[in-house]
Amino acid sequence: MNTPATLLSVRNLTMRFGGLTAIDDLSLEVPAGRITGIIGPNGAGKTTLFNCLTGFYKPTTGTLRLAHPRRGEMRLEALPSHRVARDAQVVRTFQNIRLFPKMTVLENLIVAQHNVLQRASKFSIAGLFTLPGYREAERQAIERAAMWLARLKLTHLADNAAGDLPYGIQRRIEIARALCVDPVLLCLDEPAAGLNPRESAELNELLLYLCGELGIAILLIEHDMSVVMNVSDHIGVISYGRKIAEGTPAQVKHDPQVIKAYLGEDEEEDVKGGAAA
Amino acid sequence: MSAVVFARHAMTPAERLRDAGWVAFVGLILGIPLVGLTTVDVGGRLGVETRFGLLAAAVAAVFAGRLLLRWAIDQARNRKQERDRASTATAADRAHGAQRVVNVLGWVALGASIALPILFSDNRYVVDTATTVLIYVMLGWGLNVVVGLAGLLDLGYVAFYAVGAYSYALLSTQFGWSFWEALPVSGAMAATFGILLGYPILRLRGDYLAIVTLGFGEIIRIILVNWTEFSGGPNGISSIPRPSFFGLDFTRSAPEGSQTFAGFFGLEFSPMHRLIFLYYLILVLALLTHAFVSRLRKLPVGRAWEALREDEIACQAMGMNTTNIKLSAFAIGAMLGGFAGVFFAARQGFISPESFVFTESAIILAIVVLGGMGSQMGVVLAATLLVLIPEFGRNFAEYRMLLFGLAMVLIMVWRPGGLLAHREPTVRLNALDKTAATQEAAR
Repeated sequence: MNTPATLLSVRNLTMRFGGLTAIDDLSLEVPAGRITGIIGPNGAGKTTLFNCLTGFYKPTTGTLRLAHPRRGEMRLEALPSHRVARDAQVVRTFQNIRLFPKMTVLENLIVAQHNVLQRASKFSIAGLFTLPGYREAERQAIERAAMWLARLKLTHLADNAAGDLPYGIQRRIEIARALCVDPVLLCLDEPAAGLNPRESAELNELLLYLCGELGIAILLIEHDMSVVMNVSDHIGVISYGRKIAEGTPAQVKHDPQVIKAYLGEDEEEDVKGGAAA
Repeated sequence: MSAVVFARHAMTPAERLRDAGWVAFVGLILGIPLVGLTTVDVGGRLGVETRFGLLAAAVAAVFAGRLLLRWAIDQARNRKQERDRASTATAADRAHGAQRVVNVLGWVALGASIALPILFSDNRYVVDTATTVLIYVMLGWGLNVVVGLAGLLDLGYVAFYAVGAYSYALLSTQFGWSFWEALPVSGAMAATFGILLGYPILRLRGDYLAIVTLGFGEIIRIILVNWTEFSGGPNGISSIPRPSFFGLDFTRSAPEGSQTFAGFFGLEFSPMHRLIFLYYLILVLALLTHAFVSRLRKLPVGRAWEALREDEIACQAMGMNTTNIKLSAFAIGAMLGGFAGVFFAARQGFISPESFVFTESAIILAIVVLGGMGSQMGVVLAATLLVLIPEFGRNFAEYRMLLFGLAMVLIMVWRPGGLLAHREPTVRLNALDKTAATQEAAR
C-alpha cells in the first residue's frame, strides 16, 4: 500500500471553553481517498474536533490545512461554516440527525445543491422567468439527487417528508444530502448510532464504495466497533482532548493506552465488540 | 364530565345516554334562571312567575338534541374510519387529494372575487369590505415569506406597510409622482428598511427576534408621530392623489385638457366606479404577489427559506450563506408589505400613524398563523375570516372583540396547525426520473 497524499492536516489544535480544554494540542493527518476513524470515550472531544473542522467553532490555537485537489491549499480555521462546505467542500453530518424534517427527501437533497442552483438562477431572475439555463440546472440537480437516492436505496421515499421516516433511514438521507454537496472530505459523526446490525453492515458497504469507487476521503467518528474497525484504514484515538494512540485498526485494538482509556470509562462493551470484530 | 362530553372515540349507546344526561343537567341549571323563572308585573310591583313546563320541554329538547348530535358525530366518524381502512391510498396520495381540493377552492375563490363587484356594483359596503380583505390577503402573503417560509417571527411587519404608505404619500404630495411611478420606488424603500432591520438581528431567533421586530415597528410609528416636519405628525398626510385609470380620473368633472373615466367611456358618473377600480387594482396586485411568492417558493431561494426555518445549523453545514437568506426574506417580505401600504395610502387618501399600530401587526401575524404557516390559500381563508368576523360582530357592539377572540381560540383548538396546514412539496420525483436513476445506480 503506497502512502497517499495528505488531504487534511490538523496541527496543534487547541479548543478551550473558558476553563475547559476540550481539545488539547491535537495533531492529526487525514489522507486523501481513505477512511480515517476517530474513536474515544464519551466527552473526549471528537465532536468538538468536527465543529472546529467545519467552522462551527473557531479553534483557540492551531491550524487546519486542507490540500484541496482542485483549489489548492485552504485554511479551514479561517473560514465561516458555510464556506467550509461551499468552497473547501468539507461536508459533515450530525450526531443527532439534522434534516429539514418538513421538506421531502428529494427537497432535502436539492437544498444541498443550493449554491449551484442559486448561481444558475441569477439572483432568482432567471428562475422567476424559468429561462432555459435555469431549467437545465434544475433538471441536473434533480437528476443528481435521484442518482444518490437510488444508490442509497431511497428512491421510493423521495416524496415523503423526511421527518416522518424511521431513524435508520433518516441517517441514510443525511449522508445522501451531504453527498449532494459534492464533498472532497466527508465528516460523519456517529453514522451507525441507532442502526441495527444489518443497517450497520449496509453502512460499511456504502462507506467502502464512496471511498474506493469515488475517492471521497472520509473522517468517521464512531462508537460501533463493527463499523469503525472494519472500514477504517487508519484510526486516531482521542481521550480528554488528546490523541493517545494512532495506527491501523489492529494496532489500535491492542494498544495498552487505548485499552486503559476505554476500561477506565464505562465503555467495555465497545472494546469487547471491537475484539470480536 | 368533560371527559365524557368531549370524548374523542365513538360511544356506546349507554355512554351516549349518560352524555346527553349531563348536557341536559347543565341545560337545567342554566335554564332555571333563564327559562324557568320570569318576571311579571303584579299590580305595579315586580313578581316572579315559574314556567317549569317550558323548562322541562327545553331540557328535553336539549337532551334529545345532544343524543342526536352525538349519534351523528359517531356515524360520521365510523364512516370515515371505514373509508380509511378500505382505501389503500398512501399518505402521499391523500395529501395529493387534499391539495387538489385546495386548488379547486382557489379557482372558486378567484372566480368569486372577480365576479364580486359586478354582483354588488351598487353596494358600497360590500366592495369596500372586500377591498379591505384583499389588502390583508396581500399583507398576509408578504408576511408569509418572513414567518411562514423563513420561520423568522416578525411582530413589527406593520412598519413596512407604513414605510410603503408614507413613501407614496410624500412622493405624490411633495413631488407630484403618480401612483404607478411611486409604486416600485416605495416597494424598494420598504425593502431597504427590511434589510436595515435584518442586519442587527441576524443572530437572533425565536422570542428575541420577536421582541426586536416589535420594537422596530414601534420605532417607525413613534418617528412618524413625532417628526412633524417630515410626516405631519399625528395629523398625518391628507389629500393624497388617487390612482387614475391610464390617466383617466374618477372625478365628476375633469380639469382642462383631460377626461374623466365616466366621460371617456360615456358612462354616467358614479362614485362606485372608483371603488370598483380600486378593488380590481388590489386584486391584480394581490394576484401578482401570489404568483411571485409561489414561484419564489419553488426556486433555490424559496427552498433555502424553508430549509432555514427547519434547521439553520444544517443550512450552514450544506454551504448556505444564512445571512443572505435571512436578508432576502426580510427584504422581499418588506417589499410586498410596502406595495400594500402604497395601495392603502392611495385608497384612503389620508394616512396617519394611527393606521400603523401594533394591533395591525398582530392581526397580520394572526392571519399567517391561523391560515397555516406557509400556506398561500390558508392566508386567503384566514384574512377573510379575520376581517369578516368583526364585521359580522358589529351587531354585538362591545362584545365584538370577545367574539373575535373566541373564534380564534376555537380555530386553534380545532386546527392547531392552522386552517390549511398541508404543505405541498416544491418538487416531486417523477416516474421517469425514478427508473432512470435506478438504472444508473444498477450500472
